[in-house]
Amino acid sequence: MEDKNLQALKEIQSIMAKSSRFISLSGLSGIAAGICAMMGAFVANQSITKYFSDYSSYDHTPKELRNELIIIGLLVFIAALITAFLFTLRKSKKDNTPIWGQTSLRLLWNTLLPMGIGAALILKLILENNYALVAPACLLFYGLGLINGSKYTLSEIKYLGYCQLGLGLLNLWLPQYGLYFWTLGFGVLHIIYGVVMWSKYERGNNNE
Amino acid sequence: MNIHKLNKIFDHRVRLGIMSALLVNDGVNFKFLKEVLDVTDGNLASHLKTLEENKFIKVEKGFIGRKTNTTYKVTRAGEKAFKLHLTALEQMIKNLQ
Repeated sequence: MEDKNLQALKEIQSIMAKSSRFISLSGLSGIAAGICAMMGAFVANQSITKYFSDYSSYDHTPKELRNELIIIGLLVFIAALITAFLFTLRKSKKDNTPIWGQTSLRLLWNTLLPMGIGAALILKLILENNYALVAPACLLFYGLGLINGSKYTLSEIKYLGYCQLGLGLLNLWLPQYGLYFWTLGFGVLHIIYGVVMWSKYERGNNNE
Repeated sequence: MNIHKLNKIFDHRVRLGIMSALLVNDGVNFKFLKEVLDVTDGNLASHLKTLEENKFIKVEKGFIGRKTNTTYKVTRAGEKAFKLHLTALEQMIKNLQ
């Protein structure tokens, strides 16, 4: 009788979690996104040094450089999204859970809403030539998106969100290091998060 | 005795599962319940019917394009009954420890 009741409670808990969270987010997605970000930051750094070696002052950002950085940023975003999606698709097939379900759509909506608002703000910042705030805004809104989405997936992702927020806040007061903060947040932290999640939830299953 | 508070209708794995899923979601469809609970169509349908007859859940029929989409939601009575059932389960486990 005691076992039966305990079993029932455990079952309730498991179904509540399974039906309200998308648990197939792969750690490898985090690693892939992190690598994309690092490569993008490396290329962006090349462009910046290339342009500024010809300029005596840092106050003025040439239009060509701005356009180059926007293109690099968009390419990184697309590459990270595609690779992250592929690894999660693979895991969801392994877990036998649908990738387009109630839980994944809710996760996407709750993560993309703060990020979309952030994107609009960043676009406006670029149009106003206020580049110093672009990197911290990326970190801050991404962090908010992750924390908001963490209710609908493996909840550890909220710690990644808090770290992004911390970096974003620091970056607000150290704007000259924008690219470094950006690389730390989107590159290094993603890779650390990915490795931790992969070894916690996936490594064991791969050996079976 | 706490045993009186345990609800007989929830004394089944599938019905317990349906109520658990509905309690944390605003409304779920048949396909989703089937995947989460890992049961057959017929089995799930019969348990949904029992819960509906007891007015613990309500059924809303709608469309996605041309396909019918039936959504299940927990009623206020269902939520109350299930929470009582949960409390009774927890209480019984506590008393035995």
